[in-house]
Amino acid sequence: MARYDSLLDACGGTPLVGLPRLSPTVPDGAPPVRLWAKLEDRNPTGSIKDRAALFMVRAAEEAGRLRTGDTILEPTSGNTGISLAMVAKLRGYRLVCVMPENVSTERVQLLRMYGAEIIFSPAAGGSNQAVATAKQIAAEHPDWVMLYQYGNEANARAHYETTGPELLHDLPTITHFVAGLGTTGTLMGTGRYLREKVDGIQVVAAEPRYGEVVYGLRNIDEGYVPELYDASVLSRRFSVGTRDAVLRTRQLVDVEGIFAGFSTGAILHAALAVAHEAVRDGRRADVAFVVCDGGWKYLSTGAYGGTLADAEEALDGQLWA
Amino acid sequence: MAIEVRIPTILRSYTGGAKVVEGTGDTLSDLLADLDSRHGGLRGRLVTETGTLHRFVNVYVNDEDVRFLGALDAKLSDGDSVTILPAVAGGAFGFAAAAAISQHSAAVAAISQHAVAAVARDDRRGAVAAR
Repeated sequence: MARYDSLLDACGGTPLVGLPRLSPTVPDGAPPVRLWAKLEDRNPTGSIKDRAALFMVRAAEEAGRLRTGDTILEPTSGNTGISLAMVAKLRGYRLVCVMPENVSTERVQLLRMYGAEIIFSPAAGGSNQAVATAKQIAAEHPDWVMLYQYGNEANARAHYETTGPELLHDLPTITHFVAGLGTTGTLMGTGRYLREKVDGIQVVAAEPRYGEVVYGLRNIDEGYVPELYDASVLSRRFSVGTRDAVLRTRQLVDVEGIFAGFSTGAILHAALAVAHEAVRDGRRADVAFVVCDGGWKYLSTGAYGGTLADAEEALDGQLWA
Repeated sequence: MAIEVRIPTILRSYTGGAKVVEGTGDTLSDLLADLDSRHGGLRGRLVTETGTLHRFVNVYVNDEDVRFLGALDAKLSDGDSVTILPAVAGGAFGFAAAAAISQHSAAVAAISQHAVAAVARDDRRGAVAAR
Protein backbone atom coordinates (compact mmCIF):
# COMPACT_ATOMS: atom_id res chain seq x y z
CA MET A 1 0.00 0.00 0.00
CA ALA A 2 1.35 3.41 -0.86
CA ARG A 3 -1.49 5.81 -0.02
CA TYR A 4 -2.41 6.78 3.56
CA ASP A 5 -4.95 9.12 5.13
CA SER A 6 -2.36 10.77 7.38
CA LEU A 7 1.26 10.50 8.40
CA LEU A 8 0.32 8.47 11.50
CA ASP A 9 -1.27 5.85 9.26
CA ALA A 10 2.05 5.56 7.40
CA CYS A 11 3.82 4.29 10.53
CA GLY A 12 5.28 0.77 10.17
CA GLY A 13 4.98 -1.43 7.10
CA THR A 14 8.70 -0.92 6.50
CA PRO A 15 10.63 -2.80 3.80
CA LEU A 16 12.65 -5.92 4.54
CA VAL A 17 15.63 -6.05 2.20
CA GLY A 18 18.10 -8.83 1.56
CA LEU A 19 21.83 -8.25 1.94
CA PRO A 20 23.32 -10.50 -0.74
CA ARG A 21 26.83 -9.00 -0.43
CA LEU A 22 27.08 -9.04 3.38
CA SER A 23 25.53 -12.49 3.82
CA PRO A 24 28.25 -15.08 4.41
CA THR A 25 29.10 -17.42 1.54
CA VAL A 26 28.38 -21.06 2.25
CA PRO A 27 30.27 -24.09 0.86
CA ASP A 28 28.84 -25.75 -2.27
CA GLY A 29 25.79 -27.81 -1.44
CA ALA A 30 25.39 -26.31 2.06
CA PRO A 31 22.06 -24.70 3.03
CA PRO A 32 21.81 -20.93 2.46
CA VAL A 33 22.52 -18.39 5.21
CA ARG A 34 20.93 -15.04 4.46
CA LEU A 35 20.82 -11.65 6.18
CA TRP A 36 17.76 -9.39 5.95
CA ALA A 37 17.52 -5.75 7.07
CA LYS A 38 14.23 -4.30 8.40
CA LEU A 39 14.48 -0.65 7.38
CA GLU A 40 12.92 1.15 10.35
CA ASP A 41 14.43 4.44 9.20
CA ARG A 42 11.54 4.47 6.70
CA ASN A 43 9.09 5.40 9.47
CA PRO A 44 7.56 8.93 9.57
CA THR A 45 10.31 10.57 11.68
CA GLY A 46 13.04 8.18 10.58
CA SER A 47 13.29 5.71 13.43
CA ILE A 48 11.74 2.59 14.92
CA LYS A 49 10.53 4.68 17.88
CA ASP A 50 7.57 5.97 15.87
CA ARG A 51 5.86 2.63 16.45
CA ALA A 52 6.21 2.78 20.23
CA ALA A 53 5.33 6.48 20.45
CA LEU A 54 2.12 6.00 18.47
CA PHE A 55 1.04 2.95 20.50
CA MET A 56 1.84 4.56 23.86
CA VAL A 57 -0.13 7.71 23.02
CA ARG A 58 -3.08 5.67 21.73
CA ALA A 59 -3.07 3.49 24.85
CA ALA A 60 -3.03 6.56 27.10
CA GLU A 61 -5.93 8.06 25.12
CA GLU A 62 -7.94 4.86 25.43
CA ALA A 63 -7.24 4.68 29.17
CA GLY A 64 -8.44 8.27 29.57
CA ARG A 65 -5.01 9.47 30.70
CA LEU A 66 -4.57 11.87 27.78
CA ARG A 67 -7.05 14.43 26.56
CA THR A 68 -6.64 17.04 23.84
CA GLY A 69 -4.45 19.88 25.08
CA ASP A 70 -2.70 17.80 27.74
CA THR A 71 1.05 17.98 28.24
CA ILE A 72 3.34 14.96 27.81
CA LEU A 73 6.63 15.00 29.71
CA GLU A 74 9.53 12.95 28.38
CA PRO A 75 13.09 12.98 29.70
CA THR A 76 14.95 12.17 26.47
CA SER A 77 17.10 13.69 23.79
CA GLY A 78 16.82 10.66 21.56
CA ASN A 79 14.58 9.17 18.91
CA THR A 80 11.66 8.64 21.30
CA GLY A 81 11.45 12.38 21.89
CA ILE A 82 11.39 13.08 18.16
CA SER A 83 8.70 10.43 17.56
CA LEU A 84 6.58 11.67 20.47
CA ALA A 85 6.90 15.26 19.26
CA MET A 86 5.48 14.29 15.88
CA VAL A 87 2.65 12.19 17.35
CA ALA A 88 1.85 14.88 19.94
CA LYS A 89 1.66 17.54 17.23
CA LEU A 90 -0.75 15.53 15.11
CA ARG A 91 -2.90 14.35 18.05
CA GLY A 92 -3.13 17.75 19.73
CA TYR A 93 -0.82 17.51 22.73
CA ARG A 94 2.06 19.57 24.02
CA LEU A 95 5.39 17.79 24.52
CA VAL A 96 8.01 18.90 27.02
CA CYS A 97 11.42 17.22 26.82
CA VAL A 98 13.93 17.38 29.65
CA MET A 99 17.56 16.86 28.67
CA PRO A 100 21.10 17.83 29.63
CA GLU A 101 22.21 21.07 27.93
CA ASN A 102 25.23 19.39 26.32
CA VAL A 103 23.29 17.27 23.83
CA SER A 104 24.10 17.86 20.16
CA THR A 105 22.55 20.91 18.48
CA GLU A 106 20.99 18.77 15.75
CA ARG A 107 18.93 16.94 18.39
CA VAL A 108 17.69 20.21 19.83
CA GLN A 109 16.90 21.60 16.37
CA LEU A 110 15.01 18.45 15.36
CA LEU A 111 12.91 18.39 18.52
CA ARG A 112 12.06 22.11 18.25
CA MET A 113 11.24 21.73 14.56
CA TYR A 114 8.73 19.01 15.42
CA GLY A 115 7.24 21.35 18.02
CA ALA A 116 8.64 20.06 21.30
CA GLU A 117 9.48 22.42 24.16
CA ILE A 118 12.81 21.78 25.82
CA ILE A 119 13.86 22.24 29.42
CA PHE A 120 17.61 21.95 29.86
CA SER A 121 19.33 20.68 32.97
CA PRO A 122 22.84 22.00 33.69
CA ALA A 123 25.56 20.00 31.91
CA ALA A 124 27.88 20.40 34.87
CA GLY A 125 25.75 18.20 37.07
CA GLY A 126 25.83 15.34 34.60
CA SER A 127 23.02 12.83 34.44
CA ASN A 128 22.38 13.02 38.20
CA GLN A 129 21.51 16.69 37.84
CA ALA A 130 19.39 15.96 34.78
CA VAL A 131 17.45 13.33 36.70
CA ALA A 132 16.96 15.69 39.62
CA THR A 133 15.71 18.41 37.26
CA ALA A 134 13.29 16.02 35.56
CA LYS A 135 12.00 14.89 38.95
CA GLN A 136 11.49 18.44 40.14
CA ILE A 137 9.56 19.36 36.98
CA ALA A 138 7.34 16.29 37.37
CA ALA A 139 6.61 17.23 40.98
CA GLU A 140 5.72 20.81 39.99
CA HIS A 141 3.36 19.60 37.27
CA PRO A 142 1.48 16.57 38.56
CA ASP A 143 -1.03 16.91 35.71
CA TRP A 144 1.61 16.33 33.04
CA VAL A 145 1.58 12.81 31.68
CA MET A 146 4.72 10.72 31.43
CA LEU A 147 4.45 7.70 29.17
CA TYR A 148 7.51 5.99 30.68
CA GLN A 149 8.64 3.87 27.73
CA TYR A 150 10.78 1.57 29.93
CA GLY A 151 7.74 0.16 31.70
CA ASN A 152 4.91 0.90 29.26
CA GLU A 153 3.39 -2.32 27.92
CA ALA A 154 2.17 -0.45 24.82
CA ASN A 155 5.83 -0.01 23.80
CA ALA A 156 6.33 -3.78 23.56
CA ARG A 157 2.79 -4.29 22.21
CA ALA A 158 3.54 -2.02 19.24
CA HIS A 159 6.10 -4.59 18.13
CA TYR A 160 3.95 -7.59 19.03
CA GLU A 161 1.15 -6.21 16.85
CA THR A 162 3.14 -4.70 13.98
CA THR A 163 6.88 -5.45 13.70
CA GLY A 164 6.50 -9.16 14.48
CA PRO A 165 3.63 -9.87 12.02
CA GLU A 166 5.34 -7.82 9.28
CA LEU A 167 8.53 -9.88 9.64
CA LEU A 168 6.71 -13.21 9.57
CA HIS A 169 4.65 -12.13 6.56
CA ASP A 170 7.70 -11.02 4.58
CA LEU A 171 10.02 -13.81 5.74
CA PRO A 172 8.08 -16.98 6.71
CA THR A 173 11.39 -18.88 6.80
CA ILE A 174 12.88 -16.60 9.49
CA THR A 175 15.22 -18.42 11.91
CA HIS A 176 16.79 -15.50 13.84
CA PHE A 177 15.60 -12.06 14.89
CA VAL A 178 18.29 -9.61 16.02
CA ALA A 179 17.59 -6.18 17.54
CA GLY A 180 19.01 -3.65 19.97
CA LEU A 181 18.37 -3.74 23.69
CA GLY A 182 17.46 -0.34 25.15
CA THR A 183 13.98 -0.06 26.58
CA THR A 184 13.77 -3.72 25.46
CA GLY A 185 10.36 -3.02 23.81
CA THR A 186 11.40 -4.11 20.29
CA LEU A 187 12.85 -7.43 21.45
CA MET A 188 10.11 -8.22 23.96
CA GLY A 189 7.21 -7.52 21.59
CA THR A 190 8.65 -8.92 18.35
CA GLY A 191 10.34 -11.76 20.22
CA ARG A 192 7.13 -12.90 21.96
CA TYR A 193 5.19 -12.82 18.69
CA LEU A 194 7.79 -14.81 16.76
CA ARG A 195 8.21 -17.35 19.58
CA GLU A 196 4.47 -18.04 19.40
CA LYS A 197 4.54 -18.52 15.63
CA VAL A 198 7.94 -19.93 14.66
CA ASP A 199 9.34 -23.15 16.10
CA GLY A 200 12.94 -22.80 17.18
CA ILE A 201 13.18 -19.06 16.47
CA GLN A 202 16.27 -17.47 18.00
CA VAL A 203 15.70 -14.03 19.53
CA VAL A 204 19.05 -12.28 19.80
CA ALA A 205 19.83 -9.03 21.65
CA ALA A 206 22.69 -6.67 20.85
CA GLU A 207 23.44 -4.11 23.55
CA PRO A 208 25.90 -1.27 23.21
CA ARG A 209 29.05 -1.38 25.33
CA TYR A 210 30.06 2.23 25.79
CA GLY A 211 33.36 3.83 26.69
CA GLU A 212 34.45 3.66 30.31
CA VAL A 213 33.32 7.21 31.04
CA VAL A 214 29.70 6.16 30.70
CA TYR A 215 29.99 3.35 33.24
CA GLY A 216 32.46 5.16 35.46
CA LEU A 217 29.99 6.41 38.02
CA ARG A 218 27.46 3.59 37.81
CA ASN A 219 27.09 1.92 41.14
CA ILE A 220 26.30 -1.76 40.92
CA ASP A 221 23.81 -1.48 43.76
CA GLU A 222 21.87 1.23 41.95
CA GLY A 223 21.73 -0.40 38.55
CA TYR A 224 18.66 -0.33 36.42
CA VAL A 225 16.84 -2.95 34.38
CA PRO A 226 13.76 -1.75 32.45
CA GLU A 227 10.49 -3.13 33.83
CA LEU A 228 9.60 -4.43 30.35
CA TYR A 229 12.61 -6.75 30.28
CA ASP A 230 11.89 -10.47 30.49
CA ALA A 231 15.04 -12.52 29.91
CA SER A 232 13.01 -15.62 28.99
CA VAL A 233 12.06 -14.00 25.66
CA LEU A 234 15.71 -13.87 24.57
CA SER A 235 17.87 -16.73 23.32
CA ARG A 236 21.17 -14.87 23.50
CA ARG A 237 22.51 -11.46 24.36
CA PHE A 238 25.67 -9.85 22.94
CA SER A 239 27.57 -6.84 24.20
CA VAL A 240 29.04 -4.88 21.28
CA GLY A 241 31.82 -2.35 21.76
CA THR A 242 32.15 1.01 20.02
CA ARG A 243 34.82 -0.17 17.59
CA ASP A 244 32.79 -3.12 16.28
CA ALA A 245 29.65 -0.98 16.02
CA VAL A 246 31.47 1.67 13.96
CA LEU A 247 33.13 -0.94 11.76
CA ARG A 248 29.80 -2.62 10.94
CA THR A 249 27.99 0.68 10.41
CA ARG A 250 30.59 1.64 7.82
CA GLN A 251 30.49 -1.82 6.25
CA LEU A 252 26.71 -1.64 5.88
CA VAL A 253 26.83 1.57 3.84
CA ASP A 254 30.01 0.57 2.02
CA VAL A 255 28.88 -2.89 0.90
CA GLU A 256 25.08 -2.69 0.80
CA GLY A 257 24.43 1.05 0.49
CA ILE A 258 22.43 1.30 3.73
CA PHE A 259 23.31 4.45 5.70
CA ALA A 260 22.44 3.76 9.34
CA GLY A 261 23.17 4.97 12.87
CA PHE A 262 25.69 3.26 15.15
CA SER A 263 23.18 1.18 17.12
CA THR A 264 22.42 -0.57 13.83
CA GLY A 265 26.12 -1.37 13.45
CA ALA A 266 26.07 -3.06 16.86
CA ILE A 267 23.02 -5.10 15.82
CA LEU A 268 24.62 -6.10 12.51
CA HIS A 269 27.70 -7.27 14.42
CA ALA A 270 25.56 -9.70 16.44
CA ALA A 271 23.62 -10.73 13.32
CA LEU A 272 26.83 -11.60 11.51
CA ALA A 273 28.02 -13.61 14.52
CA VAL A 274 24.94 -15.85 14.46
CA ALA A 275 25.04 -16.05 10.65
CA HIS A 276 28.64 -17.27 10.66
CA GLU A 277 27.82 -19.82 13.37
CA ALA A 278 25.06 -21.20 11.15
CA VAL A 279 27.53 -21.52 8.25
CA ARG A 280 30.01 -23.31 10.52
CA ASP A 281 27.29 -25.71 11.71
CA GLY A 282 25.94 -26.26 8.19
CA ARG A 283 22.47 -25.00 9.14
CA ARG A 284 20.05 -22.95 7.04
CA ALA A 285 19.48 -19.46 8.43
CA ASP A 286 17.36 -16.44 7.59
CA VAL A 287 18.60 -13.76 9.97
CA ALA A 288 16.45 -10.62 10.12
CA PHE A 289 17.84 -7.60 11.95
CA VAL A 290 16.63 -4.09 12.69
CA VAL A 291 17.99 -0.92 11.11
CA CYS A 292 16.91 1.44 13.91
CA ASP A 293 17.52 4.77 12.19
CA GLY A 294 19.53 6.48 9.49
CA GLY A 295 22.96 7.96 10.07
CA TRP A 296 22.00 11.62 9.52
CA LYS A 297 21.73 12.55 13.19
CA TYR A 298 25.22 11.21 13.91
CA LEU A 299 27.20 12.83 11.10
CA SER A 300 28.51 15.54 13.43
CA THR A 301 30.36 12.90 15.45
CA GLY A 302 32.74 12.56 12.50
CA ALA A 303 32.76 8.80 13.09
CA TYR A 304 31.78 7.88 9.52
CA GLY A 305 35.16 8.95 8.15
CA GLY A 306 38.81 8.81 9.18
CA THR A 307 40.47 5.90 10.92
CA LEU A 308 38.60 3.45 13.10
CA ALA A 309 40.68 4.52 16.09
CA ASP A 310 39.69 8.18 15.56
CA ALA A 311 36.04 7.21 15.25
CA GLU A 312 36.23 5.15 18.42
CA GLU A 313 37.77 8.10 20.23
CA ALA A 314 35.13 10.47 18.85
CA LEU A 315 32.35 8.27 20.23
CA ASP A 316 34.07 7.39 23.50
CA GLY A 317 32.06 8.70 26.39
CA GLN A 318 28.97 9.25 24.23
CA LEU A 319 25.75 7.29 24.35
CA TRP A 320 25.92 6.32 20.70
CA ALA A 321 22.96 3.93 20.78
CA MET B 1 47.26 -19.44 29.35
CA ALA B 2 44.63 -17.90 31.50
CA ILE B 3 41.33 -16.08 31.32
CA GLU B 4 41.44 -12.32 30.97
CA VAL B 5 38.92 -10.46 33.13
CA ARG B 6 37.97 -6.80 32.54
CA ILE B 7 37.02 -4.99 35.73
CA PRO B 8 34.68 -1.94 35.70
CA THR B 9 35.90 1.30 37.29
CA ILE B 10 33.57 0.93 40.25
CA LEU B 11 35.14 -2.41 41.30
CA ARG B 12 38.81 -1.54 40.78
CA SER B 13 39.23 -0.86 44.48
CA TYR B 14 39.34 -4.66 44.80
CA THR B 15 42.05 -5.09 42.16
CA GLY B 16 44.44 -2.38 43.27
CA GLY B 17 43.21 -0.19 40.43
CA ALA B 18 43.90 -2.80 37.72
CA LYS B 19 41.59 -2.63 34.68
CA VAL B 20 42.38 -6.17 33.61
CA VAL B 21 43.29 -9.15 35.80
CA GLU B 22 43.87 -12.80 35.02
CA GLY B 23 42.33 -15.88 36.56
CA THR B 24 41.63 -19.55 35.97
CA GLY B 25 38.60 -21.82 36.22
CA ASP B 26 36.48 -24.26 34.23
CA THR B 27 33.30 -22.33 35.01
CA LEU B 28 32.48 -18.72 35.86
CA SER B 29 31.88 -19.81 39.44
CA ASP B 30 35.40 -21.32 39.64
CA LEU B 31 36.90 -18.21 38.06
CA LEU B 32 35.24 -15.88 40.58
CA ALA B 33 36.45 -18.07 43.47
CA ASP B 34 39.96 -17.94 42.02
CA LEU B 35 39.81 -14.15 41.64
CA ASP B 36 38.47 -13.73 45.15
CA SER B 37 41.50 -15.55 46.57
CA ARG B 38 43.70 -12.71 45.29
CA HIS B 39 41.20 -9.85 45.23
CA GLY B 40 39.24 -10.42 48.45
CA GLY B 41 35.66 -9.11 48.41
CA LEU B 42 35.28 -8.98 44.63
CA ARG B 43 33.11 -12.10 44.42
CA GLY B 44 30.78 -10.73 47.08
CA ARG B 45 30.00 -7.71 44.89
CA LEU B 46 28.99 -9.92 41.96
CA VAL B 47 27.22 -12.86 43.57
CA THR B 48 24.30 -12.62 46.01
CA GLU B 49 24.07 -14.51 49.29
CA THR B 50 21.75 -17.01 47.62
CA GLY B 51 24.46 -17.79 45.08
CA THR B 52 23.12 -16.09 41.95
CA LEU B 53 24.56 -13.27 39.87
CA HIS B 54 23.65 -9.86 41.26
CA ARG B 55 20.70 -8.42 39.30
CA PHE B 56 22.50 -5.23 38.30
CA VAL B 57 25.72 -6.90 37.19
CA ASN B 58 26.25 -8.17 33.66
CA VAL B 59 29.05 -10.62 32.92
CA TYR B 60 30.05 -11.44 29.34
CA VAL B 61 32.22 -14.27 28.05
CA ASN B 62 33.69 -13.28 24.68
CA ASP B 63 31.02 -10.55 24.45
CA GLU B 64 28.09 -12.88 25.17
CA ASP B 65 25.92 -12.50 28.31
CA VAL B 66 26.60 -15.45 30.66
CA ARG B 67 22.98 -15.52 31.80
CA PHE B 68 22.24 -17.23 28.46
CA LEU B 69 25.24 -19.57 28.75
CA GLY B 70 24.46 -21.14 32.11
CA ALA B 71 25.16 -18.12 34.38
CA LEU B 72 27.64 -19.07 37.11
CA ASP B 73 27.88 -22.56 35.57
CA ALA B 74 28.94 -21.12 32.18
CA LYS B 75 31.89 -23.08 30.82
CA LEU B 76 35.18 -21.26 30.32
CA SER B 77 38.31 -22.09 28.32
CA ASP B 78 41.82 -20.75 28.40
CA GLY B 79 42.06 -17.65 26.28
CA ASP B 80 38.48 -16.58 26.93
CA SER B 81 37.83 -12.93 27.68
CA VAL B 82 35.41 -12.09 30.52
CA THR B 83 33.94 -8.59 30.89
CA ILE B 84 32.11 -7.39 33.98
CA LEU B 85 29.82 -4.34 33.62
CA PRO B 86 27.14 -2.59 35.66
CA ALA B 87 23.67 -2.93 34.06
CA VAL B 88 23.06 0.13 31.90
CA ALA B 89 20.35 0.13 29.25
CA GLY B 90 20.38 2.35 26.18
CA GLY B 91 19.81 6.05 26.65
CA ALA B 92 21.23 6.17 30.16
CA PHE B 93 19.90 9.66 30.86
CA GLY B 94 16.42 8.88 29.65
CA PHE B 95 15.94 5.77 31.67
CA ALA B 96 17.50 7.14 34.84
CA ALA B 97 15.30 10.21 34.72
CA ALA B 98 12.25 8.23 33.70
CA ALA B 99 12.76 5.69 36.45
CA ALA B 100 13.27 8.41 39.03
CA ILE B 101 10.12 10.23 38.02
CA SER B 102 8.12 7.06 37.78
CA GLN B 103 8.94 6.22 41.39
CA HIS B 104 8.12 9.73 42.36
CA SER B 105 4.94 10.90 40.76
CA ALA B 106 1.76 10.21 38.96
CA ALA B 107 3.59 8.64 36.08
CA VAL B 108 4.28 5.63 38.26
CA ALA B 109 2.09 4.00 36.05
CA ALA B 110 2.24 2.11 32.92
CA ILE B 111 3.33 -0.84 35.02
CA SER B 112 -0.19 -1.10 36.34
CA GLN B 113 -2.64 0.37 33.89
CA HIS B 114 -5.49 0.54 36.38
CA ALA B 115 -3.44 2.30 38.97
CA VAL B 116 -2.22 4.66 36.30
CA ALA B 117 -5.62 5.66 35.10
CA ALA B 118 -6.81 6.23 38.67
CA VAL B 119 -3.77 8.25 39.64
CA ALA B 120 -3.95 10.33 36.48
CA ARG B 121 -7.60 11.11 37.10
CA ASP B 122 -6.90 12.11 40.68
CA ASP B 123 -4.03 14.31 39.61
CA ARG B 124 -6.14 16.00 37.01
CA ARG B 125 -8.84 16.76 39.55
CA GLY B 126 -6.19 18.04 41.97
CA ALA B 127 -4.69 20.26 39.33
CA VAL B 128 -8.07 21.71 38.38
CA ALA B 129 -8.93 22.38 42.03
CA ALA B 130 -5.60 24.07 42.58
CA ARG B 131 -6.27 26.51 39.77
